[in-house]
Amino acid sequence: MRELLGSGLSLFAKKLLAVIAAVAVVAGLIALYVADWATSFPKTVAATTAPVNSEATTLTLETVASAGKLSPTKPDWVTYSVRTKGRWVRSTDFSVPTNSLVHVTIYQFDSPTGLRNPFLSQSQGTVGPATLDGKPFNSIPAEEASHTFAVPELGVFVPLAGVPEEAKHPCEEGPCEPSLFDHRTITFSFRTFRKGRFRWQCFVPCAAGWYFGNGGPMQTLGYMDGFIDVV
Amino acid sequence: MSEPNHARRFGAIWVVASLIATPLVIVLLGPILPPGKSSEQAAGQVTDNTVLLGMATPVLLLVVLYLIYAVINFRQPKGAVLEGPAIRGDARLQTTWIVITSVMVLTLAVYGSVRLFADNGAGSGSGPKPLTTPSGPKLPVQVIAQQWAFTYRYPTYGGVEVPHLVLPDNRMIELHVTSLDVIHSFWARQLGVKADANPQVDNVAFVKPTRVQTFEVRCAELCGIWHGEMFDTGRVVAPAAFNTWIRQAQVAYAPATKELPPYSKTYQPNPARRGG
Amino acid sequence: MSTTAAALPTPQPIGRPFWRRLIGFNLLTAVLLGVGGYYLGWFIGHQITGDSFEYQKKIDENDVALLLAYVFGVVGFLIGLGFANYPLSRLLGRPASLREKEDQGIGRYFGLCTDHKVVGLQYLVGIGVFFFIGGLNAMLIRTELLHTTPTVVGPNQYLSLVGMHGTMMMGMMTSGILGPFANYFVPILIGARRMAFPRIEALTFWLLMAAGFILTSTIFFGGFPTGWTGYEPLNDQAVMGMDSYILFFALVGISMALLGLNMLATIITMRAPGMTWSRLPIFVWSVLATAVLMVLAAPVLVATLLMAALDRTIDTSFFIPGGGGSAYLFENLFWFFGHPEVYVLALPGFGIVLELLPVFTRKPLWGYRLAVSGMLGVTLLSFFVWQHHLFVSGINADLRPFYMLSTEIISIPTGFIFLCFMGTLWKARTSFTVPMLFCLAWGFNFLIGGLSGVFLSDTPSDTTTHGTFFSMAHFHYTIMGGLIFTFFAAIYYWVPKMTGLRFNERLAKWHFWLMFIAFNSTFLPLFAVGMEGQPRRVSEYAPNLHTLNVWVSISAFVLGFSMLIFLANAVYSLILVRIPAVQNPWRSKSIEWQIPTPVPVNNFEQIPVFDADPYPYGTPLPVGAVRPASAGA
Repeated sequence: MRELLGSGLSLFAKKLLAVIAAVAVVAGLIALYVADWATSFPKTVAATTAPVNSEATTLTLETVASAGKLSPTKPDWVTYSVRTKGRWVRSTDFSVPTNSLVHVTIYQFDSPTGLRNPFLSQSQGTVGPATLDGKPFNSIPAEEASHTFAVPELGVFVPLAGVPEEAKHPCEEGPCEPSLFDHRTITFSFRTFRKGRFRWQCFVPCAAGWYFGNGGPMQTLGYMDGFIDVV
Repeated sequence: MSEPNHARRFGAIWVVASLIATPLVIVLLGPILPPGKSSEQAAGQVTDNTVLLGMATPVLLLVVLYLIYAVINFRQPKGAVLEGPAIRGDARLQTTWIVITSVMVLTLAVYGSVRLFADNGAGSGSGPKPLTTPSGPKLPVQVIAQQWAFTYRYPTYGGVEVPHLVLPDNRMIELHVTSLDVIHSFWARQLGVKADANPQVDNVAFVKPTRVQTFEVRCAELCGIWHGEMFDTGRVVAPAAFNTWIRQAQVAYAPATKELPPYSKTYQPNPARRGG
Repeated sequence: MSTTAAALPTPQPIGRPFWRRLIGFNLLTAVLLGVGGYYLGWFIGHQITGDSFEYQKKIDENDVALLLAYVFGVVGFLIGLGFANYPLSRLLGRPASLREKEDQGIGRYFGLCTDHKVVGLQYLVGIGVFFFIGGLNAMLIRTELLHTTPTVVGPNQYLSLVGMHGTMMMGMMTSGILGPFANYFVPILIGARRMAFPRIEALTFWLLMAAGFILTSTIFFGGFPTGWTGYEPLNDQAVMGMDSYILFFALVGISMALLGLNMLATIITMRAPGMTWSRLPIFVWSVLATAVLMVLAAPVLVATLLMAALDRTIDTSFFIPGGGGSAYLFENLFWFFGHPEVYVLALPGFGIVLELLPVFTRKPLWGYRLAVSGMLGVTLLSFFVWQHHLFVSGINADLRPFYMLSTEIISIPTGFIFLCFMGTLWKARTSFTVPMLFCLAWGFNFLIGGLSGVFLSDTPSDTTTHGTFFSMAHFHYTIMGGLIFTFFAAIYYWVPKMTGLRFNERLAKWHFWLMFIAFNSTFLPLFAVGMEGQPRRVSEYAPNLHTLNVWVSISAFVLGFSMLIFLANAVYSLILVRIPAVQNPWRSKSIEWQIPTPVPVNNFEQIPVFDADPYPYGTPLPVGAVRPASAGA
């Protein structure tokens, strides 16, 4: 066996080897970058345990027309965000316990866009009726929908009514504090019955400027789509 | 060492292997081939798959056995450098080959076409005006695809729309598949139905379920981020159960039905564009 | 006959300082101008869309800017390489160099070079790099598919990986055999000194490299969700990463069309005396057939992508339903290109197999004319089958019997190739060298690919198999089993000629066996996975398919590992150990093995005259007589 890196190598071979080594290092760095990019998910936010009932958990969400500070790279994308540890965080990956009741409260700051499929204007799959600004509702007029919160695999579809265009204090960009700006409050509860990872999404074509309103934020994890991890 | 008659020997091997394997494949594998026999169309596809598999088996055996035979018999002796015989072709064999493959291919094409029309599209999406439609009463059901869920509408029951497909057993169903945005594909695997959902297109497929069961619905055309998650479960129920179910559904989804536009073959969504 | 280039001990320019050599038209300048052009285009794009599209100006999503940036970047890159020098000189009436970098040392591999042998090697390495990037994507895809729900790879990134893998392979590997091996060997095989258009030949390569970088850069712009087919209207809906796909494929299309044109011109006009059509090596015939497909099909792709780009940037409505366009139009146009494209991938494989078989069986090619008519038949028919990709789409549903027929008819000429393959093996004296093993594997793989294709071509069967892992397994059998296996056959067969070095045979055999077994273990189960309900391009699937998917993923990792063995072998044999290959290791009688290694710049001192058919094997000569006639010294 010839000594691989010894004097047995010609100068040419050594040069080639150096080039190959450099290429391998660069390729390795690129591969690491790609792997890092490919495996990035939004940070998972665990639902907080409800104070009254230890079997139930709560999720507090808000929807804003423009992410603003919530998304430095895409400040004008419509987005959901979640309240955790007293702050609004743009994450759409929630973990909730299995066989439990999840109470969801959504502060909705966006104006109406209207549903593409008006069928989804009916609230479905919730435990008890959903409420809009404190009043129980069964459905809303399709054109008043601003977003929906839907987990199709769990059968949950809840339309979120929009803030009227003539509102006095609309929130231009996130994060929005419910105490400061006009909003609609939607609450509902659903039950988790098996472990798994379920996607949830918005069904209103709310991504303004994109074909059929379904591009950009509607198709990028972390804005209008996410996962519910039932653990 | 006298050279054996390779042609005769290999021919015998192949014929015997095909005679054994082909019936075995048809009898053993045929009945369990996908997509199963849950509908007339699916059963027709199973028949088709069985026929194709029966035809493919001798071809597969011919080439594979030949490769094995050649590798075993036609070798360069170790250490030697011998030239092979300078055979440059065989007119009779070539003609036979061309004739046989042509006959097989034409048979397949004719068979496929006949089956396609005899089974009224064999469960495939056959465009807005299918060339053949089954006679007799049909239950029209609209499949509405959108990013990323299927919903189903029953025009003959007040245009009620539901989130999961329920079909009556033993009735010819006329599926009208359309999309509200990008291209999807409605695939009910056990029923042997696949039809692309195109925006502005009414793609019709016929299916007649033949047993009470649940079936899987999946989207089979890449439609964006939740393409893989766009699945749900449908049911085939007895006709009486179907009538009960649809009456309940009409009541349960009454609030949504009142918001729906009138039933139409396609829906014209506003293609909001970038400039907006 | 020119006397200038015959003598070439490639004198290195001595005494020129290193920094001085960096100035001029070379890769460094090209990269700098490319980056400069990119930012110029980006700037202009933001300026011209700033007023009319308030929405785009505010944010980072500006398709106009990105497309212009890419175009300007590519133009800058090509100017930097020196592609503008010749036309500019001619425009100004100055004398222009007809040859570029032909007598430089190693530097000629890093720039515009008009020597077809240099371009061949450039292609081999350049395409190889992107082939491995595409393979890496596949590994990430299979890692995700170890899980039934999106766990390792995010759903956006998963679709981007699928799209990048498919597009990279379908785009780059179109030239997988034509690029390295046709560029290198077609002129030699037909007795020519160069290609018809050497500068265009170099252009096809550098366009492809620019395209590869553009596609890879898609991850900076959000990736693209459409897979390699880029179907509308999803295409129009996608984020900026989609523009990378569009420009990648457009550049690949241009490169393909030019490559095909160059091959056609070379083969038709530059054959040496005596190289009649019936003496043309079968590999050259396959290149000719492929070139016809490239020239006719690729422009359709470029035009289609231009329309898609216009839809995305200035809101035209070619493919937008509801805006006056049609999503069907894109499907039609895409597959009108896409199906010939599939045969662009398959035909060179046929050529390699039939070219190598006589060498290792020591027999003439069986049924030469049948093979040629098979290739030409496939070429012709491949333009009449494209709607079999759309059997369930509802488009022209009444025409389905026709497309069923045309699709099934195409298996007749493909059958010719198989008959020639089997006929050549008949009573042969086969030696099982590594290239031969790859050729035999082609026979098995392509058979499975072809037979599974019968199910897809039959509309009732296709209803279940369409758009599932079944069709995915099918085309991996035809493309990976057909093209990539022959690609490696060609590498093991011809690289000893191209480099003068030989591969380690033990490692090569390991590579073959591992690759062959892992390949079948990966893709055979996928037929079942597809039939049992897994659509293509999903990262979430039914739990009952989990076991099969895990099996497939592990096999795929082994397949990936076999590629690493090849890489190790290449580094070990071609760089570290460098054992010179013997002049004609395969005892081939083909002309490329009779000329010296390394091949002189002008290939031949005297243009050869051909007076016999290309496969003069099978005459029972004693051992010593088969030595190369005029080699060496």
